[in-house]
Amino acid sequence: MSTPATPIWEVFIRSRSGLAHRHVGSVHAADATLALQAARDVYTRRGEGLSLWVVPSSAIVASDPADKEMMFEPTGSKIYRHPTFYEVPDEVGHM
Amino acid sequence: MLHQELARRRDPMWRWERPLLREISMYAQGLNQSDPAAVTASPEAARFQARIDAEDKIEPNDWMPEAYRRTLIRQISQHAHSEIIGMLPEGNWITRAPSLRRKAALLAKVQDEGGHGLYLYAAAETLGVTREDLVDQLLAGKAKYSSIFNYPTLTWADIGAIGWLVDGAAIMNQIPLCRCSFGPYARAMIRVCKEESFHQRQGYEIMLTLCRGTAEQKAMAQDALDRWWWPCLMMFGPPDAASQHSDTSMMWKIKRFTNDGLRQKFIDATVPQGHYLGLSFPDPALRLNPESGHWEHGPIDWEEFRRVVAGGGFCAADRLDARRRAHDEGTWVREAAAAFAAKRTARKEAA
Ligand SMILES: [Fe+2]
Ligand SMILES: [Fe+2]
Repeated sequence: MSTPATPIWEVFIRSRSGLAHRHVGSVHAADATLALQAARDVYTRRGEGLSLWVVPSSAIVASDPADKEMMFEPTGSKIYRHPTFYEVPDEVGHM
Repeated sequence: MLHQELARRRDPMWRWERPLLREISMYAQGLNQSDPAAVTASPEAARFQARIDAEDKIEPNDWMPEAYRRTLIRQISQHAHSEIIGMLPEGNWITRAPSLRRKAALLAKVQDEGGHGLYLYAAAETLGVTREDLVDQLLAGKAKYSSIFNYPTLTWADIGAIGWLVDGAAIMNQIPLCRCSFGPYARAMIRVCKEESFHQRQGYEIMLTLCRGTAEQKAMAQDALDRWWWPCLMMFGPPDAASQHSDTSMMWKIKRFTNDGLRQKFIDATVPQGHYLGLSFPDPALRLNPESGHWEHGPIDWEEFRRVVAGGGFCAADRLDARRRAHDEGTWVREAAAAFAAKRTARKEAA
């Protein structure tokens, strides 16, 4: 008999105050409480974090990699968004 | 135009880092999996290889050749199974550890190995398989794991030898995997490698204590080294000339060193550590080549390796039985958790 599937949760850890939560991996768990406990056991055995988030994998919407060009190319051509686009004479000093 | 395009795709087909098998089969069409020449046959495949050559990382939702996906699923799941089965030979000694300090260390180590298995199953799942399927394959005896865990742990010294040698060999293998071309595998390996160092050091400390103890204790340490040395050398896999998977794995940068190359690194690192313990290695041909600076070793019994890999290991049946029992005895827990979650969801929906 094949084992029934248990939902997947993505795990995010804040490693230090001042840092954002960062994706570290995933766990399987029937509900949110168990997911938090599993994440604690699997990903924080050596003081890796001060705070944990678990998010049902199925709740995350991702951009389609096939859309990469359409989604991100326009920002590539807008070089005037970068400071180096503008000319400031050396004599003015650091700006 | 962007808005129109996005509106057209109102249903996001891509789940985060979890391509569905249905989507994968889309990739598989028209690819001859058994033919390595097909690897760069299509424009996508050529682009893929160019990314690999440029040391770019491949992420789960990126295009990849079907054979790359299959190779990774096989390798990562075998690696995960090895971590899980690897808990058993050491678990055998937890209740008989000679002190509280040793018991706490061994418990923590075995728990780490369970964690390694879970990181790795999670990495494999990003390739479109489920952990449940992988575990079922293991329990059905259809999946491989490292043959080293089919040897018995007869004495406490074996726990020292495993930490020092088996984890030592695993570290040699895993460090280059931290730079593997597949992102989730590389990231899992970075976590694993951070934890392995403690495993090897606690094992060496056990050996050191035994070697500084009574004559009987030192003999126990020597006996453990005698039994574990050759199987540990086999952990790196068949010699390069006979290995089936090496070439494409190197091309894809899943592997960075050959089996023989890693084996030599391990021998060079380990032999002086053994001599420091005052132990001898069970290889009369072992000698330092003063020109190359490498330790040369005698012939490895690959017949034994094949026998153990094929399931002829002393503990093979035992290991799988233990896993099956643990899985079966955990069924009610999984069922209860699922039932509780379903009940709560139903209540929330009714409210
Ligand atoms: Fe491990
Ligand atoms: Fe380990």
